[in-house]
Amino acid sequence: MPVTLTIDGQEVTVPKGTTILEAAKTIGQQVPHYCYHPGMSSPAMCRLCLVEVEGAPKPMPSCVTTVMDGQVVHTQSEEATASRKAVLEFYLVNHPLDCPICDMSGECSLQDYVHEEGRDSGRSREPKRVFGRDDFGGDVLFYGDRCVMCTRCVRFMSEVEQDTRLTVVDRGNRSVIDTFFEEGLDGTNWHGNIVDICPVGALVSKDFLHKARAWDLEHTPSICTSCSQGCNIDLHTRDNLVQRLKPRENLDVNGWWMCDHGRENYEWINQGTRIEAPLVRDGNGGSKAVDWKEVLGALLEQANGAGAVKAVASPLASNEDLGALKALVEALGGGETVYRSARAEEEIVLKGFPSLARRKDLAANTTGAELMGLERAGADDATGGLADVAGHDGVLVVLGDALEDQPADFGKNAALYVFLGSHESEASANASFVLPVTTFAEQEGTFTNVAGRVQRFWPGLQAPGMARPPWLILGALVAELTEADLPRTAADAFAALASAVPAFSGLTYDDIGTRGALVNEPVQLSGD
Amino acid sequence: MAYPYVSDREVRVLSTYFGDPKQRHIETYVKRGGYSALEKALGMGPDDVVEIVKSSGLRGRGGAGFPTGVKWSFMPKEKKKAHYLLCNADESEPGTFKDRELMRWDPHQLIEGCLIGAHAIRAQHVYIYCRGEFFEANQVLARAVEDAYAKGYIGENILDSGHDIEVTVHQGAGAYICGEETGMMNSLEGRRGEPRIKPPFPAAVGAFGKPSTINNVETLCAIPHIVKNGGEWYRQWGTEKSPGTKLFCVSGHVIKPGNYELPLGFPLIELIEDVCGGMKDGNALKAVIPGGSSVPLINAEEARACKLDYEGCVDVGTMLGCASVIVMDEATDIVKQVRRMVDFYAHESCGQCTPCREGTTWTAQILRRIENGKGTEDDLDTLMEMTQNMVGTTICVLSDSVAAPVQSSIEKFRDEYLALIRRGERVGAA
Repeated sequence: MPVTLTIDGQEVTVPKGTTILEAAKTIGQQVPHYCYHPGMSSPAMCRLCLVEVEGAPKPMPSCVTTVMDGQVVHTQSEEATASRKAVLEFYLVNHPLDCPICDMSGECSLQDYVHEEGRDSGRSREPKRVFGRDDFGGDVLFYGDRCVMCTRCVRFMSEVEQDTRLTVVDRGNRSVIDTFFEEGLDGTNWHGNIVDICPVGALVSKDFLHKARAWDLEHTPSICTSCSQGCNIDLHTRDNLVQRLKPRENLDVNGWWMCDHGRENYEWINQGTRIEAPLVRDGNGGSKAVDWKEVLGALLEQANGAGAVKAVASPLASNEDLGALKALVEALGGGETVYRSARAEEEIVLKGFPSLARRKDLAANTTGAELMGLERAGADDATGGLADVAGHDGVLVVLGDALEDQPADFGKNAALYVFLGSHESEASANASFVLPVTTFAEQEGTFTNVAGRVQRFWPGLQAPGMARPPWLILGALVAELTEADLPRTAADAFAALASAVPAFSGLTYDDIGTRGALVNEPVQLSGD
Repeated sequence: MAYPYVSDREVRVLSTYFGDPKQRHIETYVKRGGYSALEKALGMGPDDVVEIVKSSGLRGRGGAGFPTGVKWSFMPKEKKKAHYLLCNADESEPGTFKDRELMRWDPHQLIEGCLIGAHAIRAQHVYIYCRGEFFEANQVLARAVEDAYAKGYIGENILDSGHDIEVTVHQGAGAYICGEETGMMNSLEGRRGEPRIKPPFPAAVGAFGKPSTINNVETLCAIPHIVKNGGEWYRQWGTEKSPGTKLFCVSGHVIKPGNYELPLGFPLIELIEDVCGGMKDGNALKAVIPGGSSVPLINAEEARACKLDYEGCVDVGTMLGCASVIVMDEATDIVKQVRRMVDFYAHESCGQCTPCREGTTWTAQILRRIENGKGTEDDLDTLMEMTQNMVGTTICVLSDSVAAPVQSSIEKFRDEYLALIRRGERVGAA
């Protein structure tokens, strides 16, 4: 049942039961608030979202007041703005003005709201309340003085993670967030989210502490690679390094949340010692860095009649990369491709948002690999399973798998051994061609998550040296070997994939957008 | 009787047996006519009981003065879930001490009122939420409930009427805010004592998520008398809009402070000068807070015009509240008095709503600074404006209660503030 009301002179029609705050969002009016969060209950205690409702005796909390037909709401009237100005003054009675050394500065909503609507100067002459700093365990540090007592963190732990580790201690002006005894947040799996939802700098990440100022960070939409859930994230980068990962809202996948495992797993992206130029080896221990034209020419020359193909691909490679590999294997006369991925014993479900879990499968694109016909190999720690491949005497192609567990004679018998990777390892020493590729953070592409949702990611970092996306390198080889066109963009590579693999047919980058789109067939991961 | 002080102007209905320890015994209570109203009520339909109470015009004695019968009629007529009656015995308004005395001296009167109320709202369980610091009252009540169970006035099939009503006495842990009805429900459920947002109202979603009604001790104590004698009988006292008798807790600079049961509409000045024996040491009257510390204070002139009923107090710019009359003589330091009350509210704020959490303490800090001679005239403007920002902007009315004494004292006794401020300036200059 839709309800029609007027907000700031504009008529709005929303479903019955919608709050005024959410209804205002639909016309682009953001009512300032702290305690309200769409993923949790609303205690209506911050009193910042009070708006004027005609006929109501006093300003109403827009986060819990539901719309009524014919209601007339003013979010910008004198009464509403005066109310916010007054509440903001109360916040600043005790909030320290330590913005210059506060990690939240630049993305703090108290800072923003006060700049927008607060008083020019404060009237309080009294000493401020002091709580000091507390280590909450896990990755979380608590600066009590900055807390605005919105209790979002307490409600996240009790309602969403459903592991009540935080509470409000004492009452009134002495209220402070605290952990139970010394237990803290250690051992919980989703606590990083309380740092995200803290509207001020009260809860900060130890990992990110004093690492970068918010305004120096570039935000790039991406997908978490730490498991097959495919949480939507933003890469926050500075100086061509990932500084932190933050969840990006997508109600179909991860809501507003991401797990601590995924959040903390980004250092590998920043790892140095990358392969920066294509290498050609002469078979006698000598190698030479050459340009792309030369290396691809030499590779095609050797590929002629080199025998059956065996390929190993990483499930961290994008759909486009795997599609291009599949096309190359077929162009070379066909063969089998395997992938290896680590699996956890248990899923870790976010109880208050049960469609989100850290999945058993700990790679971003296992579903994509399986949809393209790759076979799973090896143990649950992503080792072993390559006995046939290691001694194969035909064409051997490795994409992205670092082969760290493999012996030094891996691929020694191969007629042609092509290694596409970002880092060298012992097992890549025998490769005749070592081709530097980009990571997901340096290229555009898509992953297919555990539910069969194809999701795009964008490049947030500059690739080192001559590293190129695998779909471009493999696509160039395929274009030389067959009639296919050279893919010039990731969208081209995806289109090629969509025409070759039925599960992806009909999907385009435009359809997928920033929210993702489902593949055409039901998906089930091997082992699930 | 020896009960601290009595006056022949009193009309003792609820307080008849104050000072008589025998009344606590169930045998004495029954011998004196107790539990006959319960028997009468159980023989009537719940809605008929509500009608009697409506006709009496009884208004809630907890402070808001909402008509009790009307409140009861908000409860669902068809019982789809459990219903609860909560008796608010968390009397903690500074200046109030009537509920404690009602529970100490006449616990069965309260229990009988609770049982009739429970029947009227179709509740099967009564929770008496008694203030934790009332050790004696808690003990007396617990004993009385036990006795009433033993005699079959509480429990299954009460007096063979087929009605089952349970009574539990719950001891609070010492928080003013748990006297706020929704805060009390949270506390009863084992949560932090923090008021809830209304709507939903308790009659729809109350304690344990079930329809509930919350009544003050004094309100429920009046119920047996009204049921026994009828609504018209109760209307013989008081005014048209504020019928009946009311316990007045008089404290401060009077010769005979104490609880006095008087008809509503009684002149405040006669309460002070006649009933309470006049001002102590012959000092002049300076100010009165007629309804507990949450209501605006009035000066002597206003006090002379004040009639003690809900409307009469509003006429002089204050409220009857729970009728806790705090009398202050000419020697009272108003600023200190107000600061001490604000300190209380700052200590008791639950801390949910920002204007209250921050504002109560800030107000206390400014008042303390003024008291210490370090205030400025600007502080008075800040106080007036800032306390106004605490009115109507929070979930409950605790922060409104800070605004009342601060604003009324600055308006009526600005000279006293200015004297402290100017003395401070002189000290600073020297």
